[in-house]
Amino acid sequence: MKPLLFTLKAEPDQRLDLSGLTPDRLVRRTVKEIEEISIGTTRNAVKVGDLFKVKLGEATSVRFDGGSDRFDLLGAKLLPGFEIHVEGDVGAQLGRAAKGGTITVAGDAGAYAASQSAGAHIDIYGHAGDFLGAPLAGEMAGMSGGRVIVRGSVGARCGDRLRRGIIIVEGDAGDDLGSRAIAGTIIVLGEAGERIGYLNKRASIVLSGEYDLGPTYVDCGAHNLGFAKLFAKSLAQESRGASRLLSGRLQRYAGDTAVFGKGEILIPA
Amino acid sequence: MPQLIRKGIRIDESFAEAFPMTGAGVVITAPTRKWALQAATTMTGYATSVIGCDCEAGIDCELAGRDTPDGRPGVRVLLFGFSPKSVGKALVNRIGQCVLTCPGSAVFSAFDGEEKIKVGDSMRQFGDKWQISKAIDGRRYWRVPVMDGEFLVESQVGLTKKSVGGGNLLIMGEDWASTMRATEAAVEAVHATPDAIAPFPGGVVRSGSKVGSKYKGMGASTNDAYCPTLRGATNSALDADIGCVLEIVIDGLTSEAVSAAMRAGLKAIIALGPKTGAKRVGAGNYGGKLGPFHYHLKDLV
Repeated sequence: MKPLLFTLKAEPDQRLDLSGLTPDRLVRRTVKEIEEISIGTTRNAVKVGDLFKVKLGEATSVRFDGGSDRFDLLGAKLLPGFEIHVEGDVGAQLGRAAKGGTITVAGDAGAYAASQSAGAHIDIYGHAGDFLGAPLAGEMAGMSGGRVIVRGSVGARCGDRLRRGIIIVEGDAGDDLGSRAIAGTIIVLGEAGERIGYLNKRASIVLSGEYDLGPTYVDCGAHNLGFAKLFAKSLAQESRGASRLLSGRLQRYAGDTAVFGKGEILIPA
Repeated sequence: MPQLIRKGIRIDESFAEAFPMTGAGVVITAPTRKWALQAATTMTGYATSVIGCDCEAGIDCELAGRDTPDGRPGVRVLLFGFSPKSVGKALVNRIGQCVLTCPGSAVFSAFDGEEKIKVGDSMRQFGDKWQISKAIDGRRYWRVPVMDGEFLVESQVGLTKKSVGGGNLLIMGEDWASTMRATEAAVEAVHATPDAIAPFPGGVVRSGSKVGSKYKGMGASTNDAYCPTLRGATNSALDADIGCVLEIVIDGLTSEAVSAAMRAGLKAIIALGPKTGAKRVGAGNYGGKLGPFHYHLKDLV
């Protein structure tokens, strides 16, 4: 099965809106039709054909050979059963509001990756910017399902207003990790910045080391938690580090008591 | 009655008559095998016949840690009833009373099924607003804080309407000891077949019943045709050499599971032979009026 292939000819001179190039929207289109799709975001119109060499393939999967940090909205609103692979970097809002499917990025992702994603499996092999899984300004909830794994590090406010689903960061996380999180799970294998779980309502944040969590998190003791074992088993293939972290005994800190206090931060005991 | 002879054991050319049921299955896990079994045996207590109990339930099999969702020792329990509603009610009551209360236990749905019963969803409120929901791999679980940690329960349990209840074998022998020897061998074989349970005590029923009674208000009464002490006094189905009759009743998730379990039980009885075990095997039916599933013994040997 060969994927529908987009080969980047040259670095784009403006930011691109690639939300139209998801496999579900390209089904049964000819090369010519695809090349006519407008992807520019300025007054200088840019079409797919201007920047990419298009080669038809399997309709359920799309591959980008070459990426750029100007590739915005890649995989936006992706539907279940489809997949996108990018051999390079991507810009902001990767997999924005994706309903399902798989997105893999071999390079880095910009800000707002997986923003409001509702069920996609997103793998970022490089780093991701600020606001991973977060809502855009004015929106009430962030990511609401699915799973995101970042093999590198992420910026600030990762998991902001996270509502459901799981975020795994194998590197470090910036400040305000899991800020205002409504529910869901965030796992960070590296180090996290300041104010972890700030105003966390019901989310679980799993960390690999000791932190000064401040007075709004209260120590609930060390426990063997059944749900953590389930997570460990389910993540064994995808992130061995996360799986190992969840298999052990975990110290539970309940909070943030400045809001409901029904969330938790779990740290190996 | 026409009979086949297998290794000296007389097999009646009769059939077991079974009827459709609704089935559900759960996997109960615990830190040790002992406590997983404890939860399962407590949960399946007093669940012999839907005529008098809320459901028919039994342990299908034990599971090793590598076969359970959370990697702990587990037990697969099957539960049967007449309607999805009654199965749901029995399941929620029994898990609430017997598994939620059992130390270390967790509950998972054993299969997806055509319908779902809210199990964790109706039990979560025991957490008094401290309960936490987690979605893992598309399934939703509730973490209910309890005194030994957390009770983890899947939000919904699958349910199938393709189940069959009432598969049976009538095992006839010279005395109690030899009949029981054959019956125990058959029960063991039935337990070893997947997706089928024998819900009666130890898998065995000694009070086979017939429909109706001479007393008003009694729906069922003793099956006098198979009572050895009435052999001369009633229209008996027993031969002169039969002094004891025991029955195994089988419920299965599918018709194939019931027939496989009956076949395995029959094979075990025949393997034991007539000298130490049973002399004759029959099956209970109501002339085809009870249900659409007929398991003919001649097809099973």
